[in-house]
Amino acid sequence: MDKIIFLKNKAIQIRKELLQMIFNANTGHTGGSLSSVDILVALYYEIMQIDPKNPKWKSRDRFVLSKGHSVEGYYTILADLGFFLKDELKNYCKFNSRLIGHPSVKVPGVEMNTGALGHGLSVAVGMALAGKMDKKNYKVYVLMGDGELAEGTIWEGAMAAGHYRLDNLIGIIDRNHLQISGNTENIMSLENLKEKWKAFGWNVSIEDGNNIKKMIDIFKKIPIAKEKPHLIIANTIKGKGVSFIENEAKWHHKVLNQEQLEKAMKELDFQLNKGFNI
Amino acid sequence: MNINIPCRKMFTNTLLELARKDSDIIAITSDARGSVTLEDFAIQLPQQFVETGIAEQNEVSIAAGLAACGKKPFVCAPASFLSARSLEQIKLDVAYANTNVKIIGVSGGVSYGPLGSSHHSLQDIAVMRAIPGIYVILPCDIHQTRKMTKALVNYIGPVYIRMGRSAVPEVYTKIDAPFDIGKANTIMEGKDITIIGTGETVKIAFEAGILLKDKDISARIIDMHTIKPLDKEVIIKAAKETGHIITIEEHSIYGGLGAAVSEQIVQNFPVSMRIIGIPDEPAITGTSPEIFKHYGLTAENLVNIAVKMLD
Repeated sequence: MDKIIFLKNKAIQIRKELLQMIFNANTGHTGGSLSSVDILVALYYEIMQIDPKNPKWKSRDRFVLSKGHSVEGYYTILADLGFFLKDELKNYCKFNSRLIGHPSVKVPGVEMNTGALGHGLSVAVGMALAGKMDKKNYKVYVLMGDGELAEGTIWEGAMAAGHYRLDNLIGIIDRNHLQISGNTENIMSLENLKEKWKAFGWNVSIEDGNNIKKMIDIFKKIPIAKEKPHLIIANTIKGKGVSFIENEAKWHHKVLNQEQLEKAMKELDFQLNKGFNI
Repeated sequence: MNINIPCRKMFTNTLLELARKDSDIIAITSDARGSVTLEDFAIQLPQQFVETGIAEQNEVSIAAGLAACGKKPFVCAPASFLSARSLEQIKLDVAYANTNVKIIGVSGGVSYGPLGSSHHSLQDIAVMRAIPGIYVILPCDIHQTRKMTKALVNYIGPVYIRMGRSAVPEVYTKIDAPFDIGKANTIMEGKDITIIGTGETVKIAFEAGILLKDKDISARIIDMHTIKPLDKEVIIKAAKETGHIITIEEHSIYGGLGAAVSEQIVQNFPVSMRIIGIPDEPAITGTSPEIFKHYGLTAENLVNIAVKMLD
């Protein structure tokens, strides 16, 4: 089967599973998890050098989910890849579960605890610096939310990455334009993002973050500029894949009811059977 | 006249010595290489030195990332900023994620006396010891600082360390400076009353012990260099054997050494107790010794309190 079709189907499957997980737990971050699935699928199934049977392999690529609230898709993918048993996903947010509502290093494959916004980029800077010190070739990927960019620490991290010329560091912004209270530009305007990151010493590309092929292509091109960290502004649709969730800020952490879940599953199944991700 | 070097200098000298033999040891600072005394380290081991500019939150997160990749980072900056501004990074990226990061808060307490509350760290023990997963240590002199630095390199896990700015009188000697994380040192035996200090107040407690001897009062003096994990046994034993306890600390009277000790006393063996520290107010302006004197962090005041307690 064509690799891209396989990955598109994989992304749809991940969406189905994460929605079921959120439904079971009656808690979770529906919108942002759906928007970031295609980025994660591109990274985890095609780009990153990892070994689920040896999660602490020293030369592995690192990933930090700075927008830690989008944990459901992340856990689903780690389980799907075999970092832990898929059956454990049913424990998500349950009493004494290690599958906490934000990433925890207790979960195999998770590199860093996140959840408070604005930490992940600086942590990734540390990981990338360590890679340079040890003369390792691994890359460090960090996925940030767009609303998260109002955190001042993001810009401290951005400054350090540029200063230390960390071309082994790839930042990705899940640019869905929505945060919990509404449109990012109304809450705290972020634009011009490209110019801001360029001014901090980053090489910047803008890509369709829900297009797996395009994400893979851009990841494979990096490093594009030598001695510069790379930022991908990944334009996405919050709630991607389910018509009535898409582009609605209220679905940031709203949970589907039974009827809505069935409807969402039908929509996703339709996409799956078509073999493409609309 | 005190001819010692400050504890922070002993720390950086020792760290440099150890880092020469262990390339995983990394010193990180936020434009504080001068105040921490990391200049030699930065010049001699530039590949093991990370400067973040004035960005304390960033440096703690970066340290966590370095530690996650097997490095042994020491984040070195004024205690006032590290313990407040980067508190969430310490809580989340260091303690919660259990990264092997050492947080070295220098010029702690009222070391920066005249500079005001912005530069004092009088809440750091309280906040750090309430965070699960991070140890809290205050060395009292250069000899202990050296032993502690070696112990820190060998201990894998998060630790917050606070030390002062100025050179301080010795409590120990080069050859006799016992230091085990979590094990308090009884530096004077006594049976009538116990005085427990930490960091710079240990010397004051020791001096009080000598003055009390002249009054035929036998004081037990304890150096509680590790506030977390706390040496509970030594506290309970002191309560049982001496019946009276005074704590003295360069910290708010809330949540620090006194609180930690009293938590053990009230739950295990209640005895009369006094907590000497900085009251709940922005500390008065002055040099460190002036501030100590103003708030009764002196051997003379300890003697007075001890005499009253035993009266």
